[in-house]
Amino acid sequence: MVLGVFWVFAGVAIVSAFLCITRRSPVASALWLILTLFSLAGIFVLLDAQFIAALQVLVYAGAIMVLFLFVIMLLNLGRQGPSDLRGWPGRLVAAALGLLLAAELWAVRTWAPEEHLRLPEGAIARMSEAEGPVHVISDALFREYLIPFELTSVLLLAAIVGAVVLAKRRL
Amino acid sequence: MSPELKGYLLLAALKIIVVFTAYNLGVMLVIWAERRISGFIQDRLGPNRVGPEGLLQSVADGLKNILKEETIPGEADRVLFFLAPVLSFIPALILYAVIPFGAPLPIEFDGVLPWWTIVGPLLGHITIHGPVPMVIADIPIGLLFILAISSLGVYGIVLAGWSSGSKYSLLGGVRSSAQMISYEIALGMAVISVFLLAGNVTLSEVIAVQQESVWFVLALTLGFILFVIAAFAETNRLPFDLPEAEAELITGYHTEYSSMKFSMFFIAEYSNVITMSALMATLFFGGWDIPFTTWDEGEPSVAKWAATVVMFALKTGFFVFTYIWVRWTLPRFRFDQLMQLGWKVMLPVALGYIVLIATVVWLLDRAGVERGVGYGLILFAVNLALVAVFLWGLDRGRLLIGASRQRARVVS
Repeated sequence: MVLGVFWVFAGVAIVSAFLCITRRSPVASALWLILTLFSLAGIFVLLDAQFIAALQVLVYAGAIMVLFLFVIMLLNLGRQGPSDLRGWPGRLVAAALGLLLAAELWAVRTWAPEEHLRLPEGAIARMSEAEGPVHVISDALFREYLIPFELTSVLLLAAIVGAVVLAKRRL
Repeated sequence: MSPELKGYLLLAALKIIVVFTAYNLGVMLVIWAERRISGFIQDRLGPNRVGPEGLLQSVADGLKNILKEETIPGEADRVLFFLAPVLSFIPALILYAVIPFGAPLPIEFDGVLPWWTIVGPLLGHITIHGPVPMVIADIPIGLLFILAISSLGVYGIVLAGWSSGSKYSLLGGVRSSAQMISYEIALGMAVISVFLLAGNVTLSEVIAVQQESVWFVLALTLGFILFVIAAFAETNRLPFDLPEAEAELITGYHTEYSSMKFSMFFIAEYSNVITMSALMATLFFGGWDIPFTTWDEGEPSVAKWAATVVMFALKTGFFVFTYIWVRWTLPRFRFDQLMQLGWKVMLPVALGYIVLIATVVWLLDRAGVERGVGYGLILFAVNLALVAVFLWGLDRGRLLIGASRQRARVVS
């Protein structure tokens, strides 16, 4: 049954991702993107990663909302504009990059990582059973990887400050 | 399928049907209550003609709305115009699935259901081995699920505003997105203090911790105040109903909606009010816990189940009443005041509060204080001091100022 649910989510994710990049209207694109991310959240739940699923919806739904506002405010109410793909060079590069990505996916599918890099079978499910799905993440994040985590937040802060400085010339 | 699985699925289906029926009836009653209480507060009668005391007024309104003609503005984006009410209605409805509403109900059943249940003979042999938790889905990330799904509610409003192709609607939609994104942060921050004390994000665990010590309204008073303010803003209720603002925007994002689509927004708003009230009761007032007794925490029984369900309904009802009460007590904020309150008061206070509570919890744990009533009372004392500072610091003419003084400040 889990496999069937997975295929439903996977199918919806792929179809909506495709529609997201082919729709001309920015509003429609953003909405299809939400559907893609929602299906990914569903797949995370199937993988026993409920916490990541909730964050996926929480963070991305909020982020896309902001994107949405940009569309409404800056892009002439999101009415259809001209296509970004101009001429054959653009299409050629896009096709090449797409092929490269497909090849990478195929490689990941065929060459499984080495034994010592893999978690034992069902390890994550057992851990979240024992400690709850939030503790599994938070222990790793705030004990083992505390410094990378803090550095990332400093990086984000720098980005926010930079954006404010760029947007507001006269502070 | 094994008999246990069949029993589980049957119970799940039953819980979903019963809870959502009760929830929608609750929405109907709250709409009636709002109109009657508004009437009472304004010294008039309110709707009292349809049914006893006007109880069936919402049914009559619903029927009227189904029969009314639907109008679609010429400038509207048809697909999104149709989708928007649905998008604001569904998140409001499924939020309720993770809130526990009573003590577990002991059911022991092994056999075939009698013929008059209709589905009984079709299901065959089923086994139900109680106690059954009184929540549709007790998922381990309970509260994060609520934050995640409620953040989707804003899409319905913004899409309604945008797809209507009308200036007033668009303004209402943009306002609501700014408001809801701002206050979502404060809401999440207020909830983090609950996580700190409960050590868990599952709502049933939050209730269990409150039963062992004190209700979090005592241990986290300031957190409760922040949560209530943010919850009012999240549900677009007065004094924060700027997305609708009848006086400026002619009801904002749903200006162009008519008939049942308009009703959907209405129902979504009141569903959100009920869910937020239930959350206030669950997070800060012990959920279905009956105060001053430990009787309800023992071995599950039908009497305990019934008593706790009534208790939970009473607590939720009280907060719903508070919503209506506040509506006729406080006037609407101006938009700049709303943003000032959200970003310059709520966010820093909530952040500072998390740091303080984390420090106090750490100190108490280090000092070896046992988790229990005493622990909660120490936190209460800390909170009283914080609340005094907060209320003394807030709204003394410095943070929220009237139009004339603001102008005076700009000019000088």
